[in-house]
Amino acid sequence: MSSSREAIFARLRDANPKVKTMETIAYQPWVSNETEVLKTRFIDGLSASHAEVLTTNRHALNETLKTLIIEKQFARIAIGTGGDLHSEIVKAISLVQITHPLNILQFDVDFAQCKSQLFNDIDAGITHCRVGIADTGTLVLWPDNTEPRTLSLIPPAHIALIKRSTIVSNFAELMVTEAWQNKMPTNIVLVSGPSKTADIQQTLAYGAHGPSQLVVILIEDM
Amino acid sequence: MSQSDSNSLNNGVHIQPLAPEHFHQQAKAALADPQLRQNFRGAMDYLKDKRKLAFSDVAEEKHIRNLSEAIRQRCLSKLPDLLEQLESNCINNGIQVHWAEDAIQANQIIADIAQRHNAKEIIKGKSMVSEEIELNHEMAKLGINCLESDMGEYIVQLDGDKPSHIIMPAIHKNKQEVSDTFAAHLDNFTPTIDVDELIQTGRSRLRQKFQDADIGLSGVNFAVAETGTLCLVENEGNGRMCTTVPDVHIAITGIEKVVEFLTDVPPLYSALTRSATGQAITTYFNMITSPRREGELDGPQEVHLVLLDNGRTQAFQDEEMRKTLQCIRCGACMNHCPVYTRIGGHAYGTVYPGPIGKIISPHMMGLEKTKDLVTASSLCGACGEVCPVKIPIPEMLQRLRNEAKNPATAAHPEIKGQASAASKTEMLAMKSFAYAATHPAIYHLGSWSATKVRGLIPSKLGAWTQCRSAPKPASKTLHQLLKASHKKDQS
Repeated sequence: MSSSREAIFARLRDANPKVKTMETIAYQPWVSNETEVLKTRFIDGLSASHAEVLTTNRHALNETLKTLIIEKQFARIAIGTGGDLHSEIVKAISLVQITHPLNILQFDVDFAQCKSQLFNDIDAGITHCRVGIADTGTLVLWPDNTEPRTLSLIPPAHIALIKRSTIVSNFAELMVTEAWQNKMPTNIVLVSGPSKTADIQQTLAYGAHGPSQLVVILIEDM
Repeated sequence: MSQSDSNSLNNGVHIQPLAPEHFHQQAKAALADPQLRQNFRGAMDYLKDKRKLAFSDVAEEKHIRNLSEAIRQRCLSKLPDLLEQLESNCINNGIQVHWAEDAIQANQIIADIAQRHNAKEIIKGKSMVSEEIELNHEMAKLGINCLESDMGEYIVQLDGDKPSHIIMPAIHKNKQEVSDTFAAHLDNFTPTIDVDELIQTGRSRLRQKFQDADIGLSGVNFAVAETGTLCLVENEGNGRMCTTVPDVHIAITGIEKVVEFLTDVPPLYSALTRSATGQAITTYFNMITSPRREGELDGPQEVHLVLLDNGRTQAFQDEEMRKTLQCIRCGACMNHCPVYTRIGGHAYGTVYPGPIGKIISPHMMGLEKTKDLVTASSLCGACGEVCPVKIPIPEMLQRLRNEAKNPATAAHPEIKGQASAASKTEMLAMKSFAYAATHPAIYHLGSWSATKVRGLIPSKLGAWTQCRSAPKPASKTLHQLLKASHKKDQS
């Protein structure tokens, strides 16, 4: 279809539009330098979007996670194979297993081999978050070899671990300071709450196709 | 609610497919359907209120609309270069890029990909461009089944119906009607008007389909030239499913959706979600830059991008109408349109209904078919006032009305269906009036005669008097009155 390409470009070039230079208007999203303000807005935003937010510290993380798993009666959990907090996740699981049966899917095989299990036999997936955005109460997921994309997508509950020190003001600032344009991964997902829809008579319902529950564990590290 | 009330428009649809040529008839049927009107009224009021809350700071609203307009205009002013940059960056990232001039070519490209993979099932995220090319219908002819996974689209597809709103496709139905649709098409469904239960029904029915599909198809909200990234805005998670679970992902979009920089995305995304549903942000924002890379354990092995023209280059060639392409498909113009609110989306008979549909459809389908649509506006200006990228929709409608009536001039390139609404009688009447108006003796004779026959004007004048009273000339012409008052002043 290269002739189609040529024909489209011929028509576009024929129009010979006058090139407009970069606009002088600056984007002015919400911003704050106060870490307490960032934290509050981040938690409020996520809570308003129906996510549950638990606050803990690194030392108590495995206990927090253990209690969460037991209280929610999650019996089948999918986890990744790496990340900064991976050892705490593993520890929490072994703590749960002392008193409760808990099946673990470690996502270290090709998706084709664990697809059916992920869809049908898992209650929750646990992932790290790269960054938090205070403005809109948003998690930034940056899936990789150790935590694949579907880990936060297919299980009906998603447990997201985030360090407080990663919270930034807004999306625009984040991509500029991290120079995203030079290192885009296969996939980035911004998550702001559990899956939802208002497609039937404008009535909000949760758990459309993605996770019905989003539990965010905020780790105080400042 | 009686069945006949709720389905009268649908009944009309099944007898005769909706088409913009039958706009008047379709609008009439919609206006006579109280249930449909109630559904739209409720939905539009809800969305208008939500938008208002999301833009509570008037100065900030003005600022972000100005910025969004400037970004879109800059990107369009460099469109050919940006498309080349997008293409080369996508190819470097491993995304295969295809170009389609029209629906036939786009369907052929998708059919070829599907057949190369022996694909029988395509699971779809929301894509208005796929509606534009009637993808589901065309693939069905080849034995390839396309299944909609957006909840609204799923409901609409079960009914063999079409979306009536670009953001909320099943907005024309209430929960009872959705329950009726499920009951008619799904086995073992117990009717309910509990919305949570209805959504859980959709979720559970579609879950297996995501696992089984050979190909996932999605639209694109922003295609970033700088990085070759495809951005997708959604709340449900079906967009993520369609672009992550199947082995092949096909993204289809119009050529105008490209933006220059990654940093163009955050302001446009914010303007989009706040204008569309009043949300500060959607649940998911998905940025896809490549197929599965080495060492990664999931995600599609192949990603394709289909870029569709389908009349967009015609709008692009005209500097004024190029603004049509600034659109980021938020649907705010529909939500605020007094015509759309009363007749709903189906009556237009086009894929894109409402104000934006009226100015984009003529480029896609030609003015022959869409000439009535451009007249279906009171030019109240609400659409232009809420547009996040400040498309001057009312001016564009006037321009298209003009193009529908008159032959092309040297100032603008001819457009598809140019002068198709031209009428010899109308032209003659206008010419005669112009002659009379520029010849005072004839004009005065004419207006004087009108004062003499004023008693003879019939009270019924066909369509004109259906909702108006017949005009009655005054007993004295304005000229006579002015002359008399002038005399009085002098005496």
